[in-house]
Amino acid sequence: MKPPMRSVLFAVFLVSLVIPILRAQVSNDRLLRSADEPRNWMMYSGTYASQRYSTLSQINPSNVKNLEQKWIFQAESLEKFETTPLVVDGIMYITQAPSDALALDAKTGRVFWIYRYYPSTDARPCCGSVNRGLAILGDTLFLATLDAHLIALDAKTGRPIWNTRVANASAGYAMTVAPLVVKDKVIVGVAGGEFGIRGFIAAYDVRTGREAWRFNTIPGPGEPGHETWQGQADAWEHGGGAIWTTGSYDPALNLTYWGTGNPGPDWNPGQREGDNLYSDSVVALDTDTGKLKWSFQFTPNDPYDYDSTQVPVLVDTNWNGSPRKLMMWANRNGFFYVLDRANGQFLAGYPFVKVNWASGLDAKGRPIQTPQPENAPTFPGVQGGTNWYSPSYSPHTGLFYVSAWENYASVFVKEEQKYQEGQRFVGGRPTTPIPGGQNIPSLKRGPINVWTEAAGHGAVVAIDPRTGDKKWRFLMTDVTDSGILTTATDLLFAGGREGYFHALDARTGTLLWNASLGGQVASGPMTFEVEGKQYVSVAAGHSLFTFALR
Amino acid sequence: MVRKCCLALAVISSLVGNRPASAQYSQADVEAGYTLYNANCITCHGANGDSIPGVNLRTNQFRRVATDAELNRLIQTGIPGTAMPPGRYTTADLAGLVAYIRSMRDFDTIAPGRGDAVHGQTIFEEKGNCTSCHRVNRKGSRVAPDLSDIGAIRSPDALRRSLMDPTGSMLPLNRYVRAVTRDGKVITGRRLNEDTYTIQLIDTEERLVSLVKSDLREYVVLKTSAMPPYKEKLTSGELDDVVAYLRTLKGAR
Repeated sequence: MKPPMRSVLFAVFLVSLVIPILRAQVSNDRLLRSADEPRNWMMYSGTYASQRYSTLSQINPSNVKNLEQKWIFQAESLEKFETTPLVVDGIMYITQAPSDALALDAKTGRVFWIYRYYPSTDARPCCGSVNRGLAILGDTLFLATLDAHLIALDAKTGRPIWNTRVANASAGYAMTVAPLVVKDKVIVGVAGGEFGIRGFIAAYDVRTGREAWRFNTIPGPGEPGHETWQGQADAWEHGGGAIWTTGSYDPALNLTYWGTGNPGPDWNPGQREGDNLYSDSVVALDTDTGKLKWSFQFTPNDPYDYDSTQVPVLVDTNWNGSPRKLMMWANRNGFFYVLDRANGQFLAGYPFVKVNWASGLDAKGRPIQTPQPENAPTFPGVQGGTNWYSPSYSPHTGLFYVSAWENYASVFVKEEQKYQEGQRFVGGRPTTPIPGGQNIPSLKRGPINVWTEAAGHGAVVAIDPRTGDKKWRFLMTDVTDSGILTTATDLLFAGGREGYFHALDARTGTLLWNASLGGQVASGPMTFEVEGKQYVSVAAGHSLFTFALR
Repeated sequence: MVRKCCLALAVISSLVGNRPASAQYSQADVEAGYTLYNANCITCHGANGDSIPGVNLRTNQFRRVATDAELNRLIQTGIPGTAMPPGRYTTADLAGLVAYIRSMRDFDTIAPGRGDAVHGQTIFEEKGNCTSCHRVNRKGSRVAPDLSDIGAIRSPDALRRSLMDPTGSMLPLNRYVRAVTRDGKVITGRRLNEDTYTIQLIDTEERLVSLVKSDLREYVVLKTSAMPPYKEKLTSGELDDVVAYLRTLKGAR
């Protein structure tokens, strides 16, 4: 029987009284305690510690085989789909390439609104017109655009609130990063390391979009570190140090940590002699002022394009018997590092893939470089032992998990190159070590793979941070650009270029479940809960797939 | 690297002027384009212009553009929604890039006029017995790669190398595989695709076969070519003739 209209309206009225309480705004306090509400995923890396670890436990190793697809959202874009969704109280917020934002019902995938942004045609991203996701505070979303604008959006309507030009797109500056909200600021950095930009990280007032501080990743004349730019006089002005993955935040230390990109030009270090600070580094910045507290450089005077644009993973655990605030980092250069995140002290480092550009790390963590002869292969190759896709740390297993490219090399060729604004500024190129063969397609592959066994392969590698031991490896035929998610039930979710999405046992690496999604996974899986049901979402190909138990 | 550059440029120099396809582009443009290509395009497209699946610049046939003006425009605008970025170049640079891309297929060549293509076809079909494995324009077996457009996508030098030393010049994408199922059935064929869990191939009976690795007792990718080396089977003149014939195979698209 149909209920009378009046009772329906009354019921709607009652619900409307309840919903504002349930759907409270995303306060700074909620962001700080995001680990305490695992039903939501309120920032790119899940929490400020960026472990991509969830305490949701409905899906576990015994029932994971009962996962089924609940919905698919098909993006209106043929670009790589790199977004990590946010979920807040049943609403999902995603980006689609190049720079659109959308709100969806997290239970059904139906769309509430789309904010379409048309980046200026001046935008010249090196490697795809992609976007990795949003940040949220209060009822406001923050979107970094391909043409280097930062836009605040009303989370209920998708209407823009303010739009700040962060940098000059026609000079090669772009943004693909998911912003990070810290207190009353939203922090972003600029991409463009293949266009001779001078990188920076900047904070903007969440209410007005006004710049609050800026940290130049390449120090100018008179600033400490400037002396690490020798060779050509203007080398530092085009020194790169781009930012394209989201940083982390330690509220107790009041520091935000960001990984920086390659020095420019990428492959000709002779044009920029010296260590080239702060390229290929992690920088620890005061969140209120943007002042540098400490830095650690992974690859000084890098000739390989070993960007350190990985997500800093913050872990509080015992180290040699006493509690310590750690940072763990599997770097594109093939080494896994453990640092003290209060002061940047190097604690340990081990190769996690085949490495021949360095014979090891010294007591301070500086690589002992062993450049290979001309035309000889360098391991790892240009895409690195890993890259931008997020790793995961499980406090439950104590293991660090990373998507790796194993047994993979490039032959690097140097060339002198003049800087011209807006032009690629790379100083050479990587080539394949296989005679007559191709390079592994660096960014995107079609559905056919017939040669990677000669060129390298993908793996999920579980690293014991205390010893560097690889506890287990899950091998794939093709390489992978997938992020990793772990849960308190010792599940690990990851995909790869083949378009499979796997659930592994995080303790052993045993395959528990997989699904073919038909397009490469170039994003980080995440999990959330709505109305008592746990979901897992991952973007693959040009669609976002969401699974839950049958 | 410098040596390789000069060699390539020397090849370009020898090409331009005596090959009609390149004659419409000036040597200076092609050389300038070569440098620009190596600085801007090679990371994605590769040295041979074939690193992106489904895109082979050497074929000179493009999905989205036909004329030089359209190619010129595409280089400037990029292709929205793909990894192909917009490029900002001067008019002169664009002319160079277009000239180089249009000339890529003519690179790395043996002297034009060497070899008799008509005689080459006879050797290919009779003495060489090539059609017992290869197919050209709907004639021959599908067990080995179809060669109907091989002249558009491989340089004459590469063709000659393949004839002399098939195993040494076999690309991973043409590897043969041998699989044994749990019940002992042996399947051999040319691999078409492979992932962590499955393999797709064309078997010796020209059937398209898809196998699940966990159903197999044995699986090997063979690193040697099933093709015999023609170094001793054919005279040097006959090899020239076969290469001349293969160069005429530009495909029917």
